[in-house]
Amino acid sequence: MGQIQLKQVTKSFGEVQVIPPLDLTIEDGEFTVFVGPSGCGKSTLLRLIAGLEDISSGHIEIDGKDATDLVPAKRGLAMVFQSYALYPHMSVRKNIAFPLRMAKMDQAEITRRVESAASVLNLTDYLDRRPGQLSGGQRQRVAIGRAIVREPAAFLFDEPLSNLDAALRVGMRLEISELHKRLETTMIYVTHDQVEAMTMADKIVVLQAGVIEQVGSPLELYRAPRNTFVAGFIGSPKMNLLTGAEAAKYDATTIGIRPEHIDVVEADGAWQGTVGVAEHLGSDTFFHIHNTGLAETITVRAIGDVNLKHGDTIHLTPRAEEIHRFDGQGLRIE
Amino acid sequence: MATKASRSAARVMMAPAVILLLGWMLVPLMMTLWFSFRTYLPLRGGDLGWTGFDNYVRFVTSSAFWPAVQTTLIIVLSVLVITVVLGIFLAMLLDQPMWGQGIVRILVIAPFFVMPTVSALVWKNMFMDPVNGIFSHIWRFFGADPVSWLSDAAMPSIIMIVSWQWLPFATLILLTAIQSLDSEQLEAAEMDGAPKVQRFFYIILPHLARAITIVILIQTIFLLAIFAEIFVTTGGAFGTRTLSYLIFQRVLESQNIGLGSAGGVYAIILANIVAIFLMRIVGKNLDN
Repeated sequence: MGQIQLKQVTKSFGEVQVIPPLDLTIEDGEFTVFVGPSGCGKSTLLRLIAGLEDISSGHIEIDGKDATDLVPAKRGLAMVFQSYALYPHMSVRKNIAFPLRMAKMDQAEITRRVESAASVLNLTDYLDRRPGQLSGGQRQRVAIGRAIVREPAAFLFDEPLSNLDAALRVGMRLEISELHKRLETTMIYVTHDQVEAMTMADKIVVLQAGVIEQVGSPLELYRAPRNTFVAGFIGSPKMNLLTGAEAAKYDATTIGIRPEHIDVVEADGAWQGTVGVAEHLGSDTFFHIHNTGLAETITVRAIGDVNLKHGDTIHLTPRAEEIHRFDGQGLRIE
Repeated sequence: MATKASRSAARVMMAPAVILLLGWMLVPLMMTLWFSFRTYLPLRGGDLGWTGFDNYVRFVTSSAFWPAVQTTLIIVLSVLVITVVLGIFLAMLLDQPMWGQGIVRILVIAPFFVMPTVSALVWKNMFMDPVNGIFSHIWRFFGADPVSWLSDAAMPSIIMIVSWQWLPFATLILLTAIQSLDSEQLEAAEMDGAPKVQRFFYIILPHLARAITIVILIQTIFLLAIFAEIFVTTGGAFGTRTLSYLIFQRVLESQNIGLGSAGGVYAIILANIVAIFLMRIVGKNLDN
């Protein structure tokens, strides 16, 4: 079990309130991702749930029981830190066994759990090494191992992949998702990378300046962003947000259209401009278009390898049904 | 150090320092060895020629030799234990955020800047004097008889004075080590259910292992040769005669340079035995 509820939780450091009153429910077994730009309070929120920071007011309930005043060890949560926080003077085996030893579990049970965690995470051959002798990905797995042996109510991940190189990150992303499917334990995952959020989450919580901007499944956020911040944050490359006369045509202050929802046409498009930088990825090509008569540069995705060069003229047509409209406060108009 | 030219240039440029250091060390060493094989009594006939190993035999068979070795080791070990234990404690205290942190840290380090002779005199005359010392006043205030520290409890007094001098050094090194501990490790241990005491023994202490060995190594080298503290307080009386003090007495009080030199050679051998042991331990600790 691992349902976590935050009720009117706030956090202030001195005079500065970093998290205004906030309500959130994380269901049992759910993979929830907190995503937002750096400094948005997502890590603070995770530390509040872990109990590493005291909340200034409000309540935290874990499985329906008030955990507000419980020390971190009693909350039944396990955390994987950004720096992995492995104990450098202990072998991998001792690192993984540490929480069990602290819980005064008997030695046979400790051995059994450590061995099974190690085999799940492909660490069996490394059990007698020190963390200093392992690669980044292996250290990451040890940190996860140390978390899973406790069989916690929920796992907390604090940007666990940000110290890995790009290739490893994709691999670990899959491993963590796989682990979640197998364990079916609640996981809360903090990241600033919206790709990680989109690929892993059951539920995404988008945060900005300590405020929840939107909560929903990845596709809900993609299809119906509630405001311009979420619209610009979710999706890669970023959604084109256009203001001024173009937006007024659609009775909105701002309109948004994703790069993948703009078609490149031969002639007579809605917009005409010159190609700036073209990013060729093979499967897709991203064009940055200037001189369209709009205030903003437009990004367009074309499928496959489109043969347009820097300075060429291009004609574009947005798909009308995919245009998102936002009002003066930046909120979505349905 | 890439090319041949730059390597030989480096050698030429290092030469003056190396030669100076070698001369500095080798000349006194050679002279000590030379004198240790001669009968040399400056006030009783001067250099009286070769004696073979006589000086070496006389130095070890003297009734003062083994007690001096014992005294030296007791002082070194006691001071090491006191400074390391209190040093860890003080370092952890100083690591806590508090008002006036900078000033407190400077004050803690201050004793290290006082010359050994001066600090020993201050302790002797202002603290431990049985008539005027602060300790005697405190004792009398509570109705007790003042202790004449330097005669009745000479060894503890010397150990106290030397520990006071070296505590700042230990504290400073250990404080920087504690500050380099990744706070996420402590948080991880907290999440893993380790209470404060366990966090100290499982996380902080192992993290400090390297710094502790460095403190022990450096302090041992200096503590084996403490002299001023004994010279100005007990003058080697009341069982405080260390090996280096014994050598000093042989050379200056007995005016026997040959015998003293032989003692000096023993001291070099003792220091090297300790150094080899320490280097092994440190080497092990510095490796990982």
